[in-house]
This record gives sequence, C-alpha cells and structure tokens, in this order.
Amino acid sequence: MNGISGQDFIFGCSAIGAGLAMIAGIGPGVGQGIAAGHGASAVGRNPGAQSQITSTMLLGQAVAETTGLYGLVVAIILMFVKPFGA
Amino acid sequence: MGMLISNEPDFMIHGVLKYQMFGQDFWITTTTIGMWIVTVLILVIAVLANRTLKNATDVPGTFQNALEYAYTMLEKMGETILGGNTRRFINYIGTIFLFILFCNLSGLLGLRAPTADYGVTFLLGMFTFFIVNYQGIKNHGVGHFTSLFQPTPVLFPINLIGELANPLSISLRLFANLLSGVIIMGLWYGMLPIFVNIGIPAALHAYCDLFSGCIQTYVFCMLTMVYVNDKL
Repeated sequence: MNGISGQDFIFGCSAIGAGLAMIAGIGPGVGQGIAAGHGASAVGRNPGAQSQITSTMLLGQAVAETTGLYGLVVAIILMFVKPFGA
Repeated sequence: MGMLISNEPDFMIHGVLKYQMFGQDFWITTTTIGMWIVTVLILVIAVLANRTLKNATDVPGTFQNALEYAYTMLEKMGETILGGNTRRFINYIGTIFLFILFCNLSGLLGLRAPTADYGVTFLLGMFTFFIVNYQGIKNHGVGHFTSLFQPTPVLFPINLIGELANPLSISLRLFANLLSGVIIMGLWYGMLPIFVNIGIPAALHAYCDLFSGCIQTYVFCMLTMVYVNDKL
C-alpha cells in the first residue's frame, strides 16, 4: 500500500465496482437468447407471420435489455463521473 | 483516462461556448450543435415535403412515394396499438419519431449523437410522462389517482414507484443504447492503430448507429403509445 493515496485507492475500487456492475449483462443475454429461440420456433411453425413475429421479438428484446443497460449506466457513472472521493 | 495510449479516445460531451444568463453559467455543447443540425435537416425535409405534397400527382414521383410510404408505415405502427385513436396522437408520435431517428442516425454524419446525452432523452421521457398523465386525468378524472390504490391500499408505494419509473426507464434505455454505441465507436477510432480504421468501422456503424438507432426509435415510440393507450 506504499505510495498509493486514498484517492487512487478509491478510483481503483470504483473500477472494480464498474466491472462487477457489468455482471448485469448476463441476464439480458440469456433473456434475449430465449426470446430469439422462441421467435425462431414460432417462425418455423407459422412462416406466414414472420414480419409480425420479428417485430414483437425485437420489441421484447429491447425491453428485456433494460436491466443490462442499468448496469452499464452504473458502470459508466463509476468510471467517468467519479461520485466517490472527489 | 490517463492510462490509454498516445491519442486519447474521445466520446465525451464538450462545451463549445459559455454564456451567462440569470447569473448562471450555461454552455452551448456539442449536443446543442448536433440538435441544431438535426433540426435544420428535418426543417429542410419538411419544407420540401410540404411543397411536394401540395402539388401531389396521381402517379407519385420518387420523393412523394417515399413520403407516402413513410406516413403509411407510421400509421400502421400506430394502429397496431392505438387502434381508432391513432389520428389524435400521430402528430406527436411522428414528431418524436423523426427527431429521435435523425438524432440517432446523426452518428453516421460524424456528429456525437444528441440522444447520447441524458439531458435530451430525459426531456423526451418527461414529455411522455406528461402526456400519459394528462390523458389519464382527462379521461378518468379522480379515478386516475385512486387507481394507484387499486387492488389494496397497501400496494400504493409500489404502484407509485411503478408510475414514476416509466419516464426514467424509457429515457435511460434510449440514452444507454446510444451511449454504448458512441463509446464503442470512440474507443475503436481512438485506441486502435490506423490500419484497422479502414473498412471495419463501416460494420460497426451499421450495427451501433443504423440497427440500434432504428430499433430504439421504434421501441421509444411503441412504448409511448402503449403507455398512452393504457390511460385511454
């Protein structure tokens, strides 16, 4: 710990926190994959409704992505806005 | 940001001009200038479209055909959610659709997308919030507020948070998607050696600006219509 100021330590911990916050990316990845898989099987069963199925799937995926984006926002705030130890 | 190689990646908002008003410091930022450019672009297209549609012909030319296609697409999108009420809201939905779409696509022109600034998207979210609540009060009166106590009064805090989270969630979704695109493009242009900057960014622009931008525009308008439709 010699030569590391308290400020540097806080910034380092903020970077670790930003990395941990991006674990939130797992959930939307799984959710979007499930939505895409069900979309594919729906198109396989009913190819005529492909355009409607695709738009519904994309809307659902974009909404499911939100939690991951919250994690991204937290990570970006920790990295660039530096709310702690200013 | 000191740890990066020689040329630093640049994806921040920059102040261009400082001025004072009411004793406060205000900045004209790159976001403001991007919004001016987008507004001028939309105005030029709108004036041209107005002139074309006033002299509309039976057999449409290229531009008239594109305008009619765009309007039909917008109306069809509204009718899947709003049904018979599409006509009342298509002005507002069309306006924010055009604005968000042009803002998102302005990354292709080398601008920093104005929607990658939380000040812009939060305001768009607040517009949605006010329209939703205005429609709720207009159509339901006191019932708009008593519906917060609906299944049981115990659920009031959760219902209230649910209502207040709507503008936050739609504005954060748009902001974070565009910001992630801006950061990826900024890192790619700023950190990598020059020879990967030929050709490959086209694919990244196609995903981050075109695909993501169009999807998010669609989602924002769709969710605005869904929230409004709940209160009709």
